[in-house]
Amino acid sequence: MAGGQERILRRRIKSVQSTKKITKAMELIAASRIVKAMARISAARPYYEELVGVVRDLSASSGLPHSVFLGTAPVADKKGILAITADRTLCGAYNSSVLRATERQVQAYRQVGKGSFLVAVGRKANSYLKYREVPVESSFTEVTDRPVYDDARRIAAPILEAYESGQVESFDIISNRFYSAGNQRLEITPLLPLDPSKFGSREDIQPLDFEVEPSPEAIIDPLLRIYVEETIFAILLEASAAEHAARQRAMKAASDNAEELIKTLSRVMNRARQDSITTEITEIVGGAEALGAGSKVIDESYLLSYSNKGTAGA
Amino acid sequence: MANSFPFSLVTPERTLMRFDASMVILRTGGGDIAFMAGHAPFIGNLEPCVMTVTTSDGETKRAAVHAGFVHVANSVVRVLADIAELPDEIDVERARAAMVRAEETLMHSNDAGVEAALRRAHVRLDLASTRSGNGSR
Repeated sequence: MAGGQERILRRRIKSVQSTKKITKAMELIAASRIVKAMARISAARPYYEELVGVVRDLSASSGLPHSVFLGTAPVADKKGILAITADRTLCGAYNSSVLRATERQVQAYRQVGKGSFLVAVGRKANSYLKYREVPVESSFTEVTDRPVYDDARRIAAPILEAYESGQVESFDIISNRFYSAGNQRLEITPLLPLDPSKFGSREDIQPLDFEVEPSPEAIIDPLLRIYVEETIFAILLEASAAEHAARQRAMKAASDNAEELIKTLSRVMNRARQDSITTEITEIVGGAEALGAGSKVIDESYLLSYSNKGTAGA
Repeated sequence: MANSFPFSLVTPERTLMRFDASMVILRTGGGDIAFMAGHAPFIGNLEPCVMTVTTSDGETKRAAVHAGFVHVANSVVRVLADIAELPDEIDVERARAAMVRAEETLMHSNDAGVEAALRRAHVRLDLASTRSGNGSR
C-alpha cells in the first residue's frame, strides 16, 4: 500500500525533472541569443548615428526643409499604433504587457473620438487582436526572432503610406525596449510625426555650407523615410533582445521552481518510503514476535500434551 | 602622397568599411562623383553603382551599393547604403538569374520595381566581374 504512493511520487519527480531539463535548455538558448541580439544592436548603431548626423547637418546648413513627416501632425480621424510582440510565448509578461498597453491605447483613442490604425508584429499580437475582433490593418510574423533590415522596410511601408496619404495623424510604437540584460521596459515610443528637435543642430557643430544634390527639398523626404525605417529597425532589434531576455528570465524561474518542486517531492517521497520501511519492520518484528511466541505456545502445549500423554501412559 | 581622410561605408545592419581613404568614386543622382581629401561639405543620394575606394596605402577596394546617401562633412566621407555588398559576397548565379528574370518581365511591362531589380543585378555582376581581375577584396 505505502509502496504505491512512493511509486506515484517517483513518477512525478521524474516528470518534473524532464520538464526542468527542457526549461534549462530553453534558458541557455535564450541566454546565448541575448548576446547575439545585443551584438546586432551595437552593429546597427553606427548607421543610425550617421543618419541622424546627415539630417542634422542638413538642418544646420539650410534649416530643415518642409516635410510631411516633420513637426505638427495633420488632422486625421485615426491614430496609428505599431504593436510589437513575439511569435512565441514562454517569456513571462513580455507579450501580455504589450497587448494590454495596446488595448488601453485603442480605448484612449476611442474616448477622444479617434479610430485606431493597427499594425501588428508577432504571432501573439495577431491572434490576440483577431480574437478580440480589433481590426488590424497589416500584420507581420516571423520577424522578431532575428529581425533584418528588410523586415523593417516591409513594416514601415504601410505605416508611411497611411501617414503620407493622411489616413493617420500620428504613429506610436508599443514595444519592449532593451536597456541592459537585466533591464527591459515596456514603452510607447512616438514614431510619427518626427520631432524636429531630434535633429536640432548642437552648439558644437559648426554649420557648414552643404552642397546638396539634388536639393534639400528633394532629399528630405527619402531621408526621413529611411529614418523611420531605421527607427523601426532599431526598435525591432531591441524588442528581439528584450524577448530573449524575458524568455531567459521566465525559463530560469521555471527551472528554479522545478528544482524546488523536486526537493519537496523527494522529501515527501523519502518520508513515505521511510514510513513504509518502518511499517514493514514493525510488521516483521511483530510477526516474528508473534511467530516466536506462537511457536513457544505450540511447543509448550505440545510438550505439555506430550508430557500429559506420557503421564497418562505411565 | 595623396592626402587621406576617414571613410566609412555603413548599412543598417553592419559596418562594411571603415578606414582612411585617399579617393572615393561613386554615383549620385547627378552623375559619377569622386571625393578626395578636403572636399566641400556634400549631401547627396546614392544611385546603384559599384563604388571604388582607394585606401591611403593605394589599395583599391570595391563594393556594390544600392540606394542610400553620401555625406561629406569636415573632410569625413560617410556612405550610408540601404544594401551594400563586398565582391566576395556576390552570388553570381543568383544575380544572373535575377537579371534574366527582370529582363523578361521588362519585355512586356514597365515596372519601376523590376527596373530597379535589373539595375541591382547589373551592379552585382559588374562587381563580381572585377573580383578575379585585381587583388581587391
